[in-house]
Amino acid sequence: MLAFALKRLALALLVALTVSIISFSLLRLSGDLAQALAGPSATAADVEAVRKAYGLDQPLWVQYLAWARQALHGDLGTSFFFKEPVAAMIAARLPVTMTLGVSALLFALLVALPLGILAALKPNSWVDRLALTLSVVGQALPSFWFALMLMILFGLKLRWLPISGTASWKSFVMPAIALGYYGMPTFMRLTRAGMMEVLASDYIRTARAKGLRAPAILLKHALRNAIVPVVAVAAVQLGFFLGGSIVIESVFALHGVGYLGWESISRADFPVVQAIVLVLALFYIVLTLLADLLNAFLDPRIRVG
Amino acid sequence: MIGEPILEVEGLDVVIPLLAGTLRPVRDLAFAVARGETFCIVGESGCGKSLTALALMNLLPRRARRSARRLRFAGTDLARLDERRMADLRGDRIAMIFQEPMTALNPAYTIGNQLEEAMLRHRRVSRAEARDRAIFLLEKVGITAASSRLRQYPHQLSGGLRQRVMIAMALMCGPELIIADEPTTALDVTIQAQILHLLAALQREFRMAVILITHDLGIVARVADRVAVMYAGQIVETGAVADIFARPMHPYTQGLLRCIPVPGRTRRGAHLGSIPGLVPSLMGELAGCGFRNRCVYASPPCAAGGIGLVPLSPQRAYRCLLPPRECAANAAAAAAP
Ligand SMILES: Nc1ncnc2c1ncn2[C@@H]1O[C@H](COP(=O)(O)OP(=O)(O)O)[C@@H](O)[C@H]1O
Ligand SMILES: [Mg+2]
Repeated sequence: MLAFALKRLALALLVALTVSIISFSLLRLSGDLAQALAGPSATAADVEAVRKAYGLDQPLWVQYLAWARQALHGDLGTSFFFKEPVAAMIAARLPVTMTLGVSALLFALLVALPLGILAALKPNSWVDRLALTLSVVGQALPSFWFALMLMILFGLKLRWLPISGTASWKSFVMPAIALGYYGMPTFMRLTRAGMMEVLASDYIRTARAKGLRAPAILLKHALRNAIVPVVAVAAVQLGFFLGGSIVIESVFALHGVGYLGWESISRADFPVVQAIVLVLALFYIVLTLLADLLNAFLDPRIRVG
Repeated sequence: MIGEPILEVEGLDVVIPLLAGTLRPVRDLAFAVARGETFCIVGESGCGKSLTALALMNLLPRRARRSARRLRFAGTDLARLDERRMADLRGDRIAMIFQEPMTALNPAYTIGNQLEEAMLRHRRVSRAEARDRAIFLLEKVGITAASSRLRQYPHQLSGGLRQRVMIAMALMCGPELIIADEPTTALDVTIQAQILHLLAALQREFRMAVILITHDLGIVARVADRVAVMYAGQIVETGAVADIFARPMHPYTQGLLRCIPVPGRTRRGAHLGSIPGLVPSLMGELAGCGFRNRCVYASPPCAAGGIGLVPLSPQRAYRCLLPPRECAANAAAAAAP
């Protein structure tokens, strides 16, 4: 297990390094940074002065090392637009995005697991067909369109839920559904396929031969094995939800990281865009690493070598 | 059969509806098993042995349907028992051991957990008491350092050890009947012998009835009291094991016996035959004898109608149109060098 974990960790660090280089290049390639920093009204001499002051005349790799050192100390640069530290801006928005991502994941799992289990228990039954329909529809619907439909129905017609803002937990219900719905089909199909495979396995027959009752067979013996790939994918999916929440955050005017990213792109506020790309990518890497470790932990064949 | 029967089976059928038609892998089976005896069901692969075992346990695959005129276990009518009450019997008074020890244990739980669970399901005992029983039985099935084995996972054990664990698991509640479906087929030859020895010893010690399913007549010779020979879903011959080996009546039994080496009679390196030809399809009704296209004694009447079991004594019967004298003569001729 330890060797496995160390190998995965090394791999994650390598990916993180690559991502940081890409993220760094993103800003350098987006135009003349010195010009952007100095502002539109600066003279050529001003721009040169800025270039010297910020070390932009140095070779790229020296600049990268300097940038990386700062990033490691939590300094992600300064916003062109707000002249504020980017790190603080992102930190202020992160809780909203996290809440949205986690509740989207919970919603997706809460719907997908029971449906997937029922579908596996009775293949080709109406539950199975319903599950299949939901998952096909889920993958075909554009998420902004689905979000708008939710808003019209629950926000405007029924007036059950607020259509924007982050005033209370209610504000997160529709965004979480709109975002989570998108990931639900994957979980449902994984659960269904996993349960079908496990239910046909010899050890389930052994469990039945012991006289165990249905709940013990289903939950203890079947689900415990079928859930392993779902857990791993859930961690990765959370990464997608955190990064892919731009559309949903914009539609519901949730002031999260995604929304900030979208605004910053339209304002050409590259340091912010770069930092968001970096932060979300790091989240994704950490969650993927976590998925691998969880997977190993849940499988005694890997855990107890 | 000596003594009171613990299991009585009559007219047991299993059907599996398939797209191409109805598969009938178990046809009108009848046998009885006495308390404490070893009853073997022997036959080639695919003749319906496993489905018979699963039918007795009511563990058939989802599509398969079971019907029986009589299915009594220790006075209880299994045919009428609902799944709840049947589950109460399973693992308690009737236990089963499967062919594949590598996949029959859940990879996610320790040996101890899976052993204890078998007892906790049926007895009002604490986990500690169940653990003591598990340790006792692991030692009984010849596993050393039993208490540390309890903490191991199935993948850490060899096939032979896993099958010992499966046997211990079957014994957790002290069953009256054990159904073992080819328990040694997946194991090395040396391990096979050990496991068979173990089963026989445990059976004597705990006075259990055992239904042992195998395709190996050598195993039958070693452990069985009585035997039923199955072919294409039917019992074609049944009787006490010594009697069957001495006087096989059915041409299929005679063919099977020619395929096993007999100490003292088969020369070292001598060619062991196998029965040429293919098993008939198990779809739909059998017209005539299922063995006739592989049988050297077949004649036109063999193709017509159903062939009934010919009783020779209360214990002995065979399913063939040939009269007993002719069968005996054929057996003698085949045994001559
Ligand atoms: N789940 C199933 N669906 C369809 N056919 C099956 C199924 N299980 C077994 N069979 C068929 O039934 C016949 C008897 O199978 P089985 O009882 O496993 O034979 P044995 O144990 O004697 O080798 C075989 O022809 C097999 O292909
Ligand atoms: Mg079999």
